[in-house]
Amino acid sequence: MAYHSFLLEPISCHAWNKDRTQIALCPNNHEVHIYKKDGTKWTKIHELKEHNGQVTGIDWAPDSNRIVTCGADRNAYVWTLKEGSWKPTLVILRINRAARCVKWSPKENKFAVGSSSRLISICYFEQENDWWVCKHIKKPIRSTILSLDWHPNNVLLAAGSCDFKCRVFSAYIKEVEEKPGPTPWGSKMPFGEVLFESGGTGGAAPSSSGGGGWVHSVCFSHSGNRLAWTSHDSTVSVAEGGKTGTVSSLSSETLPLLCVTFITENSLVAAGHDCYPMLYVYDGANASLTFGGKLDVPKQAASKDISARERFKNLDRRASETQSTDKDLNTLHKNSISQMSVLEGGRNQCTKFCTTGMDGGMGIWDVKSLESAMKNLKIV
Amino acid sequence: MSKNTVSDRFRKVDVDEYDENKFVDEEDGGENQGGNMTGALHAVLKNPPINTKNQNAKERAELLVVKVLSSFKSSDIEKAVGSLDKAGVDLLMKYIYRGFEKPSDNSSAVLLQWHEKALAVGGVGSIVRVLTARKTV
Repeated sequence: MAYHSFLLEPISCHAWNKDRTQIALCPNNHEVHIYKKDGTKWTKIHELKEHNGQVTGIDWAPDSNRIVTCGADRNAYVWTLKEGSWKPTLVILRINRAARCVKWSPKENKFAVGSSSRLISICYFEQENDWWVCKHIKKPIRSTILSLDWHPNNVLLAAGSCDFKCRVFSAYIKEVEEKPGPTPWGSKMPFGEVLFESGGTGGAAPSSSGGGGWVHSVCFSHSGNRLAWTSHDSTVSVAEGGKTGTVSSLSSETLPLLCVTFITENSLVAAGHDCYPMLYVYDGANASLTFGGKLDVPKQAASKDISARERFKNLDRRASETQSTDKDLNTLHKNSISQMSVLEGGRNQCTKFCTTGMDGGMGIWDVKSLESAMKNLKIV
Repeated sequence: MSKNTVSDRFRKVDVDEYDENKFVDEEDGGENQGGNMTGALHAVLKNPPINTKNQNAKERAELLVVKVLSSFKSSDIEKAVGSLDKAGVDLLMKYIYRGFEKPSDNSSAVLLQWHEKALAVGGVGSIVRVLTARKTV
């Protein structure tokens, strides 16, 4: 478990390069800073200044080594490394509100930008004009798109939105790719088609009766057959392609979760306003989701014996005799965790993942050592 | 000539609601006297008026719930909360907050006791669900 405090400001978003030696992050302003790992230290090597508004999303394409950033200034830039420095190319998104999230597709020939103008822009490069062109997905989105995730087949895109729904769209662009084969989510996939919508046809879970909250984060599993999302009403849900009638939801007893990712085909790690990541296990046979455990190693071992002196000190400070651990934040992150990314192993055998949060710090979590540290933790 | 009224809004008014002599069924008054408090709780939490837009129905349900909650002994509260499932705890939390909105003599104290026990079972997540629920009880 490594923790590095980059700044005192929240980290708005981050992205890693292919070999995980460099991280690009936005220090809550209009710029993107790229840090390089030097042994145990991190040194800033680049500053990307082009946006006029806060940078809300960064994604780094591992193979083509391009960075795409999107910001509150309604623009997106694609950065390419030329002669040791990053050069931006503007992408006209044709949106009239801020852009909120951006993701490269798995084949890196297009990227999707979710925005507050209630639409998703799918951008691809047009060779003849040497220019990035975008197409819009508008229906039936009713509010801001908060999060996006691509399916491994490069065509399907999951979007979580503030209109309380998580949807799977087809983002098939005939100019850059061939027709995709059928998937468990559907076989006809014209551009903009909705293949799945949560809460629409009435999910089977009895606890989420027409309520729901903003969908903060969506994630496809490695095979693309499962889709997980977290919502502002403190629930985590998983849907399986093909069985779209059954959505398994789990109402958690914690504050809302802001980010989720699959670490194996059956296990998810999610984190949010409670400042620690937690594990959820999905049982495909029973279509049930259960809480696996809290994934944070407490810093100090809980000491049962408090000396008399300690007691009086606590009494004086807090009017209570015991050092109440509920009020102390003995987690790695001292503020909400806003983004999580898989570092090693992919989404089916993840061995390391990274979290960044509003405390300006980045934590790197090692799955093997977590498994051995927590008894009763089983990552299936 | 009789003038045909264009508006038919009068057809949407439920005249029975405004009848003072209307009989309001008290279905679990009997259970209260029987001492089956947990049963009363379950009965009153069944069929919450979530989908209706009728404010009267919602207020009636809320008064009934607060009455049942107030008639519990403090020591029984924890057991009763334990007998509810997750959805029940969420629903109970919704009623508790609804009850907070309109405090009457002793209701706040009783509701606070219920709140503490429900919080222990449901966690802050159940409170978040009260805040984010789009269809209120």
